[in-house]
Amino acid sequence: MGFFIETLIGGLMAGMLYSLVALGFVLIFKSSGVFNFAQGAMVLFAALAMARFSEWANHALGGDSLLLANLIAFVGAGLVMLLVAWVVERFVLRKLVNQEGATLLMVTLGITYVLEGIGQTVFGSEIYNIDVGMPKDPVLMFESVFEGGILINKEDFIAALIAALLVGLLSLFFQKTPVGRALRAVADDHQAALSIGIPLNRIWVIVWLVAGIVALVAGIIWGSKLGVQFSLATVALRALPVVILGGLTSVPGAIVGGLIIGVGEKLSEVYIGPMVGGGIEIWFAYVLALVFLLFRPQGLFGEKIIDRV
Amino acid sequence: MLYRENGQFKTSYAADQQVFTIAQDKWFVLGVIAFAFIGVPMLVDEYMFRAILIPFLILSLAALGVNLLVGYCGQITLGAGAFMAIGAYAAYNFFVRIEGMPVVLAMLLGGGVSAAMGVLFGIPSLRVRGLYLAVATLAAQFFCDWAFLRISWFTNDSSSGSVSVSNLKMFGWTIDSPVDKYLFCLGVMVVFAVLAKNLTRATVGRQWMAIRDMDVAAEVIGIRPMYSKLSAFAVSSFFVGVAGAMWGFIHLGSWEPAAFSVDRSFQLLFMVIIGGLGSILGSFFGAAFIVVLPIFLNQFLPALGDLVGISISTAAVSHAELIIFGSLIVFFLIVEPHGLARLWSIAKEKLRLWPFPH
Repeated sequence: MGFFIETLIGGLMAGMLYSLVALGFVLIFKSSGVFNFAQGAMVLFAALAMARFSEWANHALGGDSLLLANLIAFVGAGLVMLLVAWVVERFVLRKLVNQEGATLLMVTLGITYVLEGIGQTVFGSEIYNIDVGMPKDPVLMFESVFEGGILINKEDFIAALIAALLVGLLSLFFQKTPVGRALRAVADDHQAALSIGIPLNRIWVIVWLVAGIVALVAGIIWGSKLGVQFSLATVALRALPVVILGGLTSVPGAIVGGLIIGVGEKLSEVYIGPMVGGGIEIWFAYVLALVFLLFRPQGLFGEKIIDRV
Repeated sequence: MLYRENGQFKTSYAADQQVFTIAQDKWFVLGVIAFAFIGVPMLVDEYMFRAILIPFLILSLAALGVNLLVGYCGQITLGAGAFMAIGAYAAYNFFVRIEGMPVVLAMLLGGGVSAAMGVLFGIPSLRVRGLYLAVATLAAQFFCDWAFLRISWFTNDSSSGSVSVSNLKMFGWTIDSPVDKYLFCLGVMVVFAVLAKNLTRATVGRQWMAIRDMDVAAEVIGIRPMYSKLSAFAVSSFFVGVAGAMWGFIHLGSWEPAAFSVDRSFQLLFMVIIGGLGSILGSFFGAAFIVVLPIFLNQFLPALGDLVGISISTAAVSHAELIIFGSLIVFFLIVEPHGLARLWSIAKEKLRLWPFPH
């Protein structure tokens, strides 16, 4: 029983991390109808920027204050993501208004390559560490409830907390601020939003910036777990079933989807994996999402798709 | 002046409905094919065959298959690499396990297995569409990556996980020199291109296009969406599967599942989009572009670096390749979302009027 719950909690924590990446997809899709395949590359790019900036800042400060160096690096990486958002909007999205979904999807694939190339040219292509001072040692919890207790990774726990905090902040941002309201208006109807004077171009920059910041946070958490390296870009492929499961247009969907996929992956790997030779994590998530899709084509929380001739 | 259809009168419906209604088109295409069969083997050296022509021919066959599904039937797929893998491994198993199996039959059977799997993975298309479907097809991709890596039966229990074929023979003709391989690929490609062209002109192709343009409306006028969508998946997977078998048997010789990774799927989709959705000719343009560009950049960038006096490292070249490749894709999609095939047809239109402006 203890082992089962340990696996379950491990799955939930991993799920929060998936949600974090999935959130980036949802934000951009919701407000511009672009399925942003480049989200994974943005995670990599942001993490690379963060890792190198913090290294340089630490060096410049003489290694005195890790916190200050990380803070500077975070702001620096945020500015880099702002630049990315602006360039993407100015030179790509603005020229592709009213194109089909497939075209926009392909464009983001192109952006993926560009970001991967630039990221590795500017910041280097070795494996870097992000050290934001997260505790790495596991702790035992609930020793009184279960025999032997449950081993929980502190780092995972903090990461999940940060993810939850970010989701809360984003919901507040979307619901309570004027910019958030404008974003929701754009998501509902581009033309109507334009007609009441919402500047579409600026909104898109903001959305891509927010997605960039989310990517930065995801990059820091994933990067401090796995090291900042090229394979970080494939995180996007792990997060895709999450978005599909939760629905492309739903922020809570991304969270619930992430949790379901995280738990499903861990449980399947532990209980079904040994029977078929292991390594099933990667496709199990997709098959799970597929099964859900057969019953709810728009995902768990997605808006219902209505067809008119 | 030369390209004008004046005076070419049609006296029967059959003549009016032929593939190339303009005589110049017909002679041009026949000339290109004849040149490819006779002229190219005499002119081109071995490196060109190995590095450019054979990959181009095989990948254009795969792109043709993807174009039938994505361009004609409107079902986005990101799992084309998986169907190449299924074709390759199925053909391998037929070839190795059955004594005296002819190569061509093994490849076609591989394509058949791929078609069957295509129908299976196409079933979600009846419920979901667009981006959701694209992600559903990724399921096929990751499942196949895993299956061919972990289930040793598929690889004939080879210890290293990679499989290889040799001694390819067809009617007493041993296919081993690059020229032989090239001619074999070219032959297969011509047959399949004619097949694809005619499929898209026939009932089934028209149904695909109706489904692509609006599936609810197509259903209302009496087109069965299940039959049309699944037949598109089957035919497309067959093409892609045969291409996969050829990629393994003829181009690589020995291969691992990594040869058909998700990158291959993206690459095939790029070919179709850059070449032109819903255009047979576009598949060839796209394949040529994607095959030649990396080789060109690889040769050109270091040379350019030498010219300005900077030596560019291999890593920098590969990064620059990514950047240029990505920006070219973005550039193409912005400037000509309908692909290279559209540029070709614009050129033809202009040529028709030339030298008069109107």
